[in-house]
Amino acid sequence: MEASATTVTGDRSVLERSPVGRLPDRVLKWGLSGLAALILILIVYFFIRLVGQSGHVFSTYGLNFVFGNDWDVSHNIFHGGALLFGTIVTSIIALIIGVPVAVASAVFINELCPRRMRGPLSILVDLLAAVPSVVYGLWGVFVLAPKLLPAEKWFASTFSFIPWIGGGIPQLYNYFIAGLILAIMILPIVSAISREVIATVPAEHKEAALALGATRWEMIRMAVLPYSRPGITGGAMLGMGRAIGETIAVVLVIGSASKIGSHLFSQGYTLAAVIANEFGEATGIHTSALFAAGLVLFVLTLIVNMIARWFISRGSHGTRGTGATGMTIASGPASET
Amino acid sequence: MSATNAFPQISARRRRTDKVMRASLFAATMIALIPLILIIYYLIHKGLSAWTQSGFFTTDPTGSFFGSPGGIRSAILGSLEIVALATLISIPTGIGVALYLTEYGKQSWFANTVRYFVDVMTGVPSIMMGLFIYIVLVIGRVGGSGFAAWKGSVALWLLMLPIVIRSSEVVLLLVPSSLREAALALGAPRWRVVFRVVLPTAASGLVTGSLLAIARGMGETAPLLFTVSTAFTLTFSLNQQMNTMPFLIYTDITSPRAEIQTIAWGTALTLVVIVLILNLLARFIASRSRMA
Repeated sequence: MEASATTVTGDRSVLERSPVGRLPDRVLKWGLSGLAALILILIVYFFIRLVGQSGHVFSTYGLNFVFGNDWDVSHNIFHGGALLFGTIVTSIIALIIGVPVAVASAVFINELCPRRMRGPLSILVDLLAAVPSVVYGLWGVFVLAPKLLPAEKWFASTFSFIPWIGGGIPQLYNYFIAGLILAIMILPIVSAISREVIATVPAEHKEAALALGATRWEMIRMAVLPYSRPGITGGAMLGMGRAIGETIAVVLVIGSASKIGSHLFSQGYTLAAVIANEFGEATGIHTSALFAAGLVLFVLTLIVNMIARWFISRGSHGTRGTGATGMTIASGPASET
Repeated sequence: MSATNAFPQISARRRRTDKVMRASLFAATMIALIPLILIIYYLIHKGLSAWTQSGFFTTDPTGSFFGSPGGIRSAILGSLEIVALATLISIPTGIGVALYLTEYGKQSWFANTVRYFVDVMTGVPSIMMGLFIYIVLVIGRVGGSGFAAWKGSVALWLLMLPIVIRSSEVVLLLVPSSLREAALALGAPRWRVVFRVVLPTAASGLVTGSLLAIARGMGETAPLLFTVSTAFTLTFSLNQQMNTMPFLIYTDITSPRAEIQTIAWGTALTLVVIVLILNLLARFIASRSRMA
C-alpha cells in the first residue's frame, strides 16, 4: 500500500497528468473547436437573415425580381433583370479579355522566359492584385474611360454591322469599360493559378514532346495546355467569381442605368453596383430590393465558385489537396512567389 | 548521310508558327504589365502634386465645396484604426481556426465542413460582408450607434478571416510532424506543443499571411460603405463614424472640383504605397524563411 501510494494517487498512474494539468489541453481543444463552429454558425445565420430581409421583395415580385427589365426607384418598381444582365455581361467581357492574356503570360513566364526573369515577372503581374479596387475605379474614371472613348466611337461605327457590339453611340461609362477594368483586376489571380497548374505538368511529358521533334510552341500546345486545362478553367471561373462580386471599381464606371443597355458601349448596372450606389438613400421596399439583389449576387458567386473549385480539384491531379493553390485562392496571388 | 538527314529539318511553316506564337506569348505578357505601369504612372504623376500641398498629411478634409479642400489626416488615421482593430480580432481567431484544422480536426467531417465554409467565405464578394454587418449590427443600432468604426472592423474581420485561416493552415501543415511527435514523446502536453513548437516554427509564414490579409483589408471600400460610413473630422472613438482612405477616394472621385479630385489621387497614392509596402514586406519575410 505504502509503496503504491508513492506512484499512484487515487486510481491514476504516475504517467497520467493530474486533472488540473490536463485542463489547459481541454480548454485549447474545445476553445478552438468552438471558434471553428462559430464560423459555421455565423455564415448560416447571415444567410438566414439575408433571406429574411429580402423576403418582402420576393413575395411582391416573385421571379420577376430576377428577370424583369425595369428598375425604377421613383415608381417603386424593382425588377433586377438589368442588374443581372450587367453583372453577367461585364464578367464575360472580363473573361474574354483577361483570360487569354493571363494564360498566355503564365505560359510565357513558366515555359519561355529566361529563368532569371521568372520571379520578377511573376511579382509584377501579381502586384496588380495589390492595387485596391477603389484605385482602379479612380483610374477608370479619370484616365481609361475618357481616353478610350474615341477608340470606342471608331470601333462602334466601323463594326456597326455586328448586332449589339457595334452601331450605338458610345457613352463615357459603359459595359465595356467596366468589363475592361474587371479584366485587369482578374488577370493576376487567373495568371497565378495558371502558373501553378502549368508548373505541375510533368517534365517527362514536355521532354517527350520535344524528343519527338516538336517545336517549343508545339510542346506547349500538345503537352502543357491539355494537361493543365481543367486547372486553368477553374482559375478562369474563380476570376469570374471575383468579377461578379466586384463593386467599387464597377460602380464608378458602369453608368448606373436602370434598363438593359442596347449595345456594348451603353450605360448599364450590376447587382453589386446597385447596392453600393443606392443603399444610402434606400427606405422600405427599396432596401429590401437591395438585400434581394445581394442575395442573388451571393447565390451567383456561390455557384460560380463551386464550379471553379470542382475544376481546380480535378486539375490538381490529386496531388495537392490544400496546397499552394488553396493559398492562392484564399489570399490572392500575392502569396505566391 | 549528314546529320540533317538523320534529324529531318523542321518545315518552314512549323518554324514560322513557333516564332509567331512565341512572340505573341511574349506580347501578351507585356500587355499584362501595361495596366500596372499606367496605374503607377498616373498615381505618381497626379498624386505627388497633392502630396506636396501644404498640410496634406497634417490637416483634415474640410468637406466644404469652396475654399481649401484640406488634407487627409483623419482618413489615414481612421483607416489605420479600423484595420488595426480588425487585425486584432482576425489574426488570433484566424490562426485559432487554422490550429483547430491542423492539430485537432485534421480530416474529420467537421473539419472538412469548416474548410468548405471557409472556402465559401473567400468567394463571398466584399460588399456582402458590409451588408451582413449592416443587417446584424447597424439596423439594430447595436452599441447605441448606427454606423460605427468598430462595425467596419467587424466587416473587415469577416473579409480577412478566411485569408488568415487558409494561409495559416498551409504553413501549419508544413511544420514537420516529427517535431510535434518529439515534443509529445518528451512529455509535453498538447497545448505546450502548440505554443512552444508548432506556432514558433510556423511564425514567419503566419506573419506573411497576416500581412497579406492586412493589405487586403486596408484597401477595401465596399465593406465600409454601410458599416462605418464616413466623417471629415478626426475622431478616435470607435463607436462613431470615421473617415477612411478608400472611402475618401470614393467620395472625392464624384466631386466635380479639380482640387478635390487631386486629393483623391494623393490619397490613392498614399493607400497604394502603404499596401505595396505591406505586400513587399510579406514577400520578403516569406522568401527569407524559405532560405532558412
